[in-house]
Amino acid sequence: MSPSTKYTEYDAYAAEEAFEGKVFDVSGQDWDQVVSAAEDLGDERLVVNMGPQHPSTHGVLRLILTLDGETVTECRVGIGYLHTGIEKNMEFRTWTQGTTFCTRMDYLSPIFNETAYCLGVEKLLGIEDQIPERAQIIRVMMMELNRISSHLVAIATFGLELGASTVMLNGFIDREHTLDLFEEITGLRMNMAYVRPGGVAQDLPSGALSKIRDYLDRMPKRIQALRKLMDDNPVYLARTKDIAYLDLTGCMALGVTGPVLRATGLPWDLRKSQPYCGYETYDFEVATEDTCDVYGRYLVRMREMEESLKIVEQCVDRLHSVKGPVMIEDKKIGWPAQLAIGADGMGNSPRHIAHIMGTSMEALIHHFKLVTEGFRVPAGQAYAAIEAPRGELGVHVVSDGGTRPYRVHFRDPSFTNLQAVPAMCEGGMVADVIAAVASIDPVMGGVDR
Amino acid sequence: MSSQHPEQRAEQSADRLPAKAAQDRLQQPIVRRGMFGAKTTGDTSGYGRLVVRQAPKVSTPRPYGGPDVTGEPGEFDEIADALERSVPDFDDAVERVVVDRGELTFFVKRERLPDVARRLRDEPDLRFELCTGVSGVHYPQDAGAELHAVYHLCSITHNRRVRLEVTCPDADPHIPSIVSIYPTNDWHERETYDFFGIVFDGHPALTRIEMPDDWVGHPQRKDYPLGGIPVEYRGAQTPPPDQRRSYT
Repeated sequence: MSPSTKYTEYDAYAAEEAFEGKVFDVSGQDWDQVVSAAEDLGDERLVVNMGPQHPSTHGVLRLILTLDGETVTECRVGIGYLHTGIEKNMEFRTWTQGTTFCTRMDYLSPIFNETAYCLGVEKLLGIEDQIPERAQIIRVMMMELNRISSHLVAIATFGLELGASTVMLNGFIDREHTLDLFEEITGLRMNMAYVRPGGVAQDLPSGALSKIRDYLDRMPKRIQALRKLMDDNPVYLARTKDIAYLDLTGCMALGVTGPVLRATGLPWDLRKSQPYCGYETYDFEVATEDTCDVYGRYLVRMREMEESLKIVEQCVDRLHSVKGPVMIEDKKIGWPAQLAIGADGMGNSPRHIAHIMGTSMEALIHHFKLVTEGFRVPAGQAYAAIEAPRGELGVHVVSDGGTRPYRVHFRDPSFTNLQAVPAMCEGGMVADVIAAVASIDPVMGGVDR
Repeated sequence: MSSQHPEQRAEQSADRLPAKAAQDRLQQPIVRRGMFGAKTTGDTSGYGRLVVRQAPKVSTPRPYGGPDVTGEPGEFDEIADALERSVPDFDDAVERVVVDRGELTFFVKRERLPDVARRLRDEPDLRFELCTGVSGVHYPQDAGAELHAVYHLCSITHNRRVRLEVTCPDADPHIPSIVSIYPTNDWHERETYDFFGIVFDGHPALTRIEMPDDWVGHPQRKDYPLGGIPVEYRGAQTPPPDQRRSYT
């Protein structure tokens, strides 16, 4: 094994020819000078950095646009501004601690990150059949609620970027209601680390189901209100119809999945085609459109929210009758800590503490071993994929037989779908770049991980 | 290990002990020494001199079965049959086939990867249209094949998945690019190059994608430290994660 010294030093800024042409630094309130200087230059071609700090780039996305007037002739995508090394960090934590890291990747769909990871770990452990039914139903319900909140942000920010702040406010209000449910159930609004290998962290608190019922009563009207704002809005249609066209062939070649793919007419949804967590037992439709444009992707997202409400309703019905544990029975894997609400918020359950400290030495040993050391996962590798709001979220987990992941790789849909930006934008107007990026709905936390 | 004791030797020669398997294992490189992973404190358990060797690289025998089938011919056999028909010298291109946890893996020789990938995409019986990227894995103890590139392919036509695994030595970290076959692998190969230093020959622009352009080293390799600083909390110091006690 050769040491790290073999890597050669490289200085990106040493080369003078790193740029060509005249460079303007735009710092605000100097547009007149820039324009007059550019006119003097007489060059038609303009290379513009859009981002990484730009309100319409969904975080820190950098687009390098070559403009000829208002037409985009070349578009290059620069990413990496939010790389946090989550995959590397997970190699130094136990399998259970991994959920706390991966939930922070795509921060708009934390439940999906956790579930994909846990399905991978459960596949490695070979315990897919032992996950309690109640845990699977809760996972499905949380995923579908999360899909709604994620799509709401997608549509809200989309509206904002096209100048419709009413859409933004309405979308975020409803997202807030969804996050309130998450807070009620998991204790956290985002980054919950709620789904764990073997099940979920805790059962639903009392009263959660009736709150979800209220939510289910309210949401259809709210989605309808959003639809009224946009579905037939002539300004919105002008900005989205036939914009950022990407057909099925393009999607397949570029590996694009999710609403962008379904807007080409292909009903490819892993919930239907390769079901997991018991999705095959739920009644729902796969939303498709055949327009291949931004408007079609918007319609797919709206329909998916309505379908998600249907699934959540079925979950609530089942949760009334299906009781039982929410963590695997196997005490060698199932997390021992039960939580309870105390005077200072959510914390260790006093009953559990009394049990391990006062009555059972074996329970204490188990608790200690699982929490400090974790469980061992047989060596091998597995790939698990789920349908996240943005497309196929795949996780490749490798174990060497130890208590920590040997390697975890996430195939994040945002990362793959962003590659399609040049295909969607080049040859179009610069204003349509915003619509194209928004229709992909990239989340940079997931792109860079 | 075969014993020096005559009685035991007799037992072994009578094929009552798995001596041959043990001999096979002895050929393998050492993976781990000692038990419990505690390196910082003295091991008084007696397991400190335990030597664990890497498991021999096995190939799954036919029939491969399917995602939910074992012991009888299934979906995986159909894939393997179709690939064998399509690739004339199949045994040369595919080093071994592993079926594990309901997943099919072809270990492909690196120089044959573009050929195999093209067949997997184009053959009507295979039709793996969708590539979900490449994931690198670094096995420093796997001498001569330290770096692995793992590709996951998905067939929408037949609703199947397959995995390709390609290895290359650390001394010659080159694997042919399959961007010309699966354009989606553009960024995925850049990412794997960035994190593992695998050079994908034929990639249109193999540059770093996540780390800065002038970064030195490839962070996901096992010889690259995680980094971090000790953290003090209520008077106690917690070392950085890669220096804490581990149990592997």
